[in-house]
Amino acid sequence: MLRRRLNRLFGGDEGRVHSRTIYVGHKSCPPNEAYIPPKFCDNRIVSSKYTVWNFLPKNLFEQFRRIANFYFLIIFLVQVIVDTPTSPVTSGLPLFFVITVTAVKQGYEDWLRHKADREVNEYRVSVLEDGRRIRKMSAKIKVGDIVEVEEDETFPCDLILLQSSRDDGTCFVTTASLDGESNHKTHYTVADLESDLQYLSATIECEQPQPDLYKFVGRMHIYRNSQEPDVRSLGPENLLLKGANLKNTQKICGVAVYTGMETKMALNYQGKSQKRSAVEKSINAFLLVYLFILVSKALVCTTLKYVWQSKHDETWYNEKTQKEKETNQYLKMFTDFLSFMVLFNFIIPVSMYVTVEMQKFLGSFFITWDKDFFDPEIQEGALVNTSDLNEELGQVEYIFTDKTGTLTQNNMEFIECCIDGFQYKHGDGSSELDGFCVTDGPVNKIQQKAGREREELFLRALCLCHTVQVKESTKQRQDQNDQFDQIDQVDGLGLDHGFLDPPQKEMGFIASSPDEIALVKGAMRYGFTFLGLESKNMKILNRNKDVETYELLHVLNFDPVRRRMSVMVRSKTGDILLFCKGADSSIFPQVRQEEVERIRMHVERNATEGYRTLCVAYKHLSAQEYARADADLREARLALQDREEKLMAVYNRVETDMILIGATAVEDQLQDEAAQTMEALQGAGMKVWVLTGDKMETAKSTCYACGLFKKNTELLELTLRTLEDGGRSREERLHDLLLEYHKKAVQDAPPVKLGITRSWSVAGHDYGFIIDGASLSMVLSSSSEPNSRRYKNLFLQICQNCTSVLCCRMAPLQKAQIVKLVKNSKGNPITLSIGDGANDVSMILEAHVGIGIKGKEGRQAVKNSDYAIPKLKHLKKLLLAHGHLYYVRIAHLVQYFFYKNLCFILPQFLYQFFCGYSQQPLYDAAYLTMYNICFTSMPILAYSLLEQHICIEVLLEHSTLYRDIAKNAMLRWKLFLYWTALGIFHGLVFFFGVRFLFSNPALQDNGQVFGNWSYGTIVFTVLVFTVTLKLALDTRHWTWINHFVIWGSLAFYVFFSFFWGGIIWPFLKHQRLYFVFANMLSSVSAWLVIILLILLSLLPEILLVVLRKPRGPHARQMKHRLPSSGTSTIFMLSQTASTHSFSWSD
Amino acid sequence: MVKEEQEESSNRPDNTAFTQQRLPAWQPILSASIVIPMFVLIGAAFIGVGVALFITSRDIQLQELDYTGDDSEHPCFKCRTNTEKCTCSMTFSIPTLFKGPVFFYYGLTNYFQNQRKYGASKDDNQLYGDLNYFTSPSTDCDPYTRDSKNMPIVPCGALANSMFNDTFTLSHTVNGVQKIVPLDGKGIAWWTDYNIKYRNPSITPLINAFNGTKKPTNWPKPIYELDTTDVYNNGFINQDFLVWMRRAALPDFRKLYRRITHDDYAAGLPAGNYTLTIAYNYPVHSFNGKKKVVLSNVSWMGGKNDFLGIAYIVVGSMCVVMSIVMLIVYARFKFGEDD
Repeated sequence: MLRRRLNRLFGGDEGRVHSRTIYVGHKSCPPNEAYIPPKFCDNRIVSSKYTVWNFLPKNLFEQFRRIANFYFLIIFLVQVIVDTPTSPVTSGLPLFFVITVTAVKQGYEDWLRHKADREVNEYRVSVLEDGRRIRKMSAKIKVGDIVEVEEDETFPCDLILLQSSRDDGTCFVTTASLDGESNHKTHYTVADLESDLQYLSATIECEQPQPDLYKFVGRMHIYRNSQEPDVRSLGPENLLLKGANLKNTQKICGVAVYTGMETKMALNYQGKSQKRSAVEKSINAFLLVYLFILVSKALVCTTLKYVWQSKHDETWYNEKTQKEKETNQYLKMFTDFLSFMVLFNFIIPVSMYVTVEMQKFLGSFFITWDKDFFDPEIQEGALVNTSDLNEELGQVEYIFTDKTGTLTQNNMEFIECCIDGFQYKHGDGSSELDGFCVTDGPVNKIQQKAGREREELFLRALCLCHTVQVKESTKQRQDQNDQFDQIDQVDGLGLDHGFLDPPQKEMGFIASSPDEIALVKGAMRYGFTFLGLESKNMKILNRNKDVETYELLHVLNFDPVRRRMSVMVRSKTGDILLFCKGADSSIFPQVRQEEVERIRMHVERNATEGYRTLCVAYKHLSAQEYARADADLREARLALQDREEKLMAVYNRVETDMILIGATAVEDQLQDEAAQTMEALQGAGMKVWVLTGDKMETAKSTCYACGLFKKNTELLELTLRTLEDGGRSREERLHDLLLEYHKKAVQDAPPVKLGITRSWSVAGHDYGFIIDGASLSMVLSSSSEPNSRRYKNLFLQICQNCTSVLCCRMAPLQKAQIVKLVKNSKGNPITLSIGDGANDVSMILEAHVGIGIKGKEGRQAVKNSDYAIPKLKHLKKLLLAHGHLYYVRIAHLVQYFFYKNLCFILPQFLYQFFCGYSQQPLYDAAYLTMYNICFTSMPILAYSLLEQHICIEVLLEHSTLYRDIAKNAMLRWKLFLYWTALGIFHGLVFFFGVRFLFSNPALQDNGQVFGNWSYGTIVFTVLVFTVTLKLALDTRHWTWINHFVIWGSLAFYVFFSFFWGGIIWPFLKHQRLYFVFANMLSSVSAWLVIILLILLSLLPEILLVVLRKPRGPHARQMKHRLPSSGTSTIFMLSQTASTHSFSWSD
Repeated sequence: MVKEEQEESSNRPDNTAFTQQRLPAWQPILSASIVIPMFVLIGAAFIGVGVALFITSRDIQLQELDYTGDDSEHPCFKCRTNTEKCTCSMTFSIPTLFKGPVFFYYGLTNYFQNQRKYGASKDDNQLYGDLNYFTSPSTDCDPYTRDSKNMPIVPCGALANSMFNDTFTLSHTVNGVQKIVPLDGKGIAWWTDYNIKYRNPSITPLINAFNGTKKPTNWPKPIYELDTTDVYNNGFINQDFLVWMRRAALPDFRKLYRRITHDDYAAGLPAGNYTLTIAYNYPVHSFNGKKKVVLSNVSWMGGKNDFLGIAYIVVGSMCVVMSIVMLIVYARFKFGEDD
């Protein structure tokens, strides 16, 4: 739906202009010109699929597009039209049932979508019209409307910020639901506008909607008193995106530029397409094979029938009717063919689809029910949005994970610092007066402290060198107790800082990077509190509870290339100081070398521990130096051309010759058990890729912390930084780097056996690959087509040979692109995406399996995911235990279903050779219909819900077991052939066993003979028993339900047969089975042949089970499941260890 | 606080064995140490049963007489193409006592009683004695629903129409005198067919029920005259008719014709010469069929059938062989494990 809209939008009309003009407030501009309202789509969000009117036809159409449903429809129609051996009811009823149930389910789901849409579309917003505020529904916002948004509200569409309640013309937003970044971002109003928007007369010219969240190009023409219009350029900093939240700003006004399905959020939201699991694909493939078998059977029979008839003239005892004689020969052949099709159609039963659906639906409850997935913090367990993919959880080869909020808790904490080479760690007891304690570093210095002066300088640097703002807490907030977590979200100070004065307690910090907050908070713990910025003056509360004031002269902003930031301040005494903090690699070259070595050790140690490290340096500026720097900076800032480069040059010039004071270590706390989870997943043969919008350094340290990168991992980096090394053009450099890495990681890698390629640590080298968004887009969209394909291939090959891959600075759609790239690569590996924010939605939708984390960042990811879990650690059990079991269960279910229908129909086929190809059914119609519905369906359903061939604890403990089922191992053609052969063997045994018995049909001790229905019933009895016992042999986990269902099914069959044969059914035309079953049981020979054939059929199976006794690591696991005592050999059935760990209560 | 607890309980998954997939379970392991003795036991049992079956089957006496008359020497040759009433007789001798009770079967080959259209060509409601269906038989019976004068046929359909109508008399030559062996026509059909599934209309005399209907075209006499001597063997519950109406499973089949239960022959047919006189009516020549008469006695397992005995012995031996193979494999495997 959405895609179609997109097509219409982009591909549809080429001639469309590349920009749109928006009349702010719908006023004609310039005022004298006629105003022609342009047409844009309204602000309605549509995610539903059906309407009341098109539901029935559309839904039916979609259902019958499924190959299976269509097939059954055809069979049904044939039965209605042609004279066939079975009645249309036998296939019509189940089909009707299946279609109805599916339609009801889909209708309900769509109704829920309608409801959600309505909620969004009917949300009330304020629109300014002619100076008045009007409340209207969100859906009714038109492009050009001036919309007013209040604090904590979500923007209803994409707006250009015109006015803010803040004095400085800024506002803060969080884009958590868009790109997952929960920090506050500053956006700016368009400069120099009228204070009263009522009188604003302007047009905006901007590009057509496009999905990139960080790009926006536009111009605003402001008309004043019929002069030449003023032109202001508009960039992404002026654009407020739908879905973002207004924070820390009372209210803003903005003009709508993109609405409804054209907003960047909607464009980034990919249509939710139906995901199909690999198992389903296998089913379809097998289905085709069986269709082929079916058609060839029917063809063989039809051909032979006419060959046979040419030899056997019409017999006197069975003459044709007048009608038959008159029918065209070819038509007769055709109807005969159809009749055979109908006769054999049970080989592909509707019930398989019903059973598979039921298995998936019911099976998914085990995920929601699992108490291990219950998170006491959010009081929620796992959520299953689609049950179609349960088994896919057992097939995952690639995991794409978001970082912030998924791998980490998005919760920075100051851990330690190092001043002048001495390590300081915050003591837990904080009994020391200043809360400082010194611990031994690996440097093995005896407990020593740096000079007090140094300490204070360092802490002042921490307090000054940042862009953190103090959150003014509003009054209402203090009143509300339950707002605690909201304060926490903006990093309000927790209650544990008891030593702070009560008013300060409510103080919170806002910054674009959580690290900075962590540092400021860290400094506060050591006695230096940042009080805020007041008209260019930074205030600090020092240890002595004195307020120090510094005049903020310049902020030298952070940028990813320089990777540091500085501030210039003037102290009260008039000293001008420059404080700089940044990544070690970018600070060390800029400072005097004496200090470096001592601190480097700490930094490296911290980094390997997974902390995010920053180095802090300072320098004194003389008045002269400052004057020069000041002038340079001002000049560069005003430059119209190459502003960035010029600024950078000045920054670099100023930030030299500094004195290193120390380093900090901040921890972005990992999710619980993140490292163990990753280890287990890698052990299970999955490759983990981290896709994050975050900075490379941060992401890298997280990767180290989770153990995705290890100490000995060699990192291959393909980022803007490496691309700009070497001074050649990026394109060339990209080419070289790709080739170089390819050589390293792919060509030189030791050749590994196919079986182990998926394994974690092959003896050789571990490689980690790092790429950033910009480089990725270069790889993916290289200028020339052949190059781009080549690059893509190289890139993929490198990545696939690396243990872990880190992609940073990714836009949401780029994440999806990567997933798509891998998904469509050779071998079509199964991918899984996991994330918590709206920025992960596109990759969640793109991957085979999308998992949402029920994190702090809204519900978008959860809503769009296939499964949602509260924490990352739950992924381990979800995949290793649930996924594994589901896969084994459904794979067995599918194979078994095909098998049991093959040996069901084969005797019927063979019987045609003995009845003159007359379409005589071997079994009674009741048996034909009930076989799949009642007699053999429940045991396999129970099996497919309860089977645990290896118990859950063992699966979790030995993650390598997951590899046994990798690559759809249980549905490969080899196994399929095995099952098919088994089905054929059984069919042959059933039919010919009874055939030989019937060479003398006098089977009763009173000399009476058995007829054709007795024949069929004996075959059918053998069939039902064999097929059920075969399943019993395969069952490794016998709960009481399995016992009940297996033995119950058999008992039900016997009971039903008695019942069915015991009554003259008035609605039946022919009482074919009347007392056939009872008579059969009165014959000793029938009993003997039934026992014989069942045993004969199962013999090879038993033999195989014994001979295929697990070896190697499995044997050990099997032993695990047994109690240690050796008594188990006495009984065939032994009780398991799994029961020991079971308890009825918590 | 209370509310909170409620909330908790509603959200928290139930901690039951079922929901946590921790139901106590038996996990059977078919290890060699269980399977080998099991196989030996089963094998021994099967061989035992097989031998018993084989001996039983071997002891069953069988006398088969093909009376199709394809051979020009054959006494029935003259009847083969004869459309008129024709009788022929065959003699045979029984060397030893043919132990009783002896069952008299007729057999047909290459006769497809199991064709779908043929088998469906009957009206169970008629046969249940429902008079409504006498006048308007089911169209399943086509083309045997109505005769050329459009009169409804009772019993309609191909199955009834083609009822086997050869009759046999068996005589024992005692001291040169032919002594007729009395044949018992009772108890040859299934009890349920005779008593429940097939019923005559409750009109006496039976003939009145058939007013306005015609007999099947191939029949020499109407259904209510099948056995005029016995009301309980006439009409739809005539046992020959019932036997015929139970369709054979395979194209070569035999059906029970009579039992020899008369006191003189209760112990069996004594050794001696016998003459079988056949009223040859049923045409099989057109479809290359054969007709035969089979005299047989039965055991607890039914008629003579070597298949079961042999199959049991074979499967039993297979079990034993397999257990030996498994023993070898298992021994190797186990030693391998110990290493």
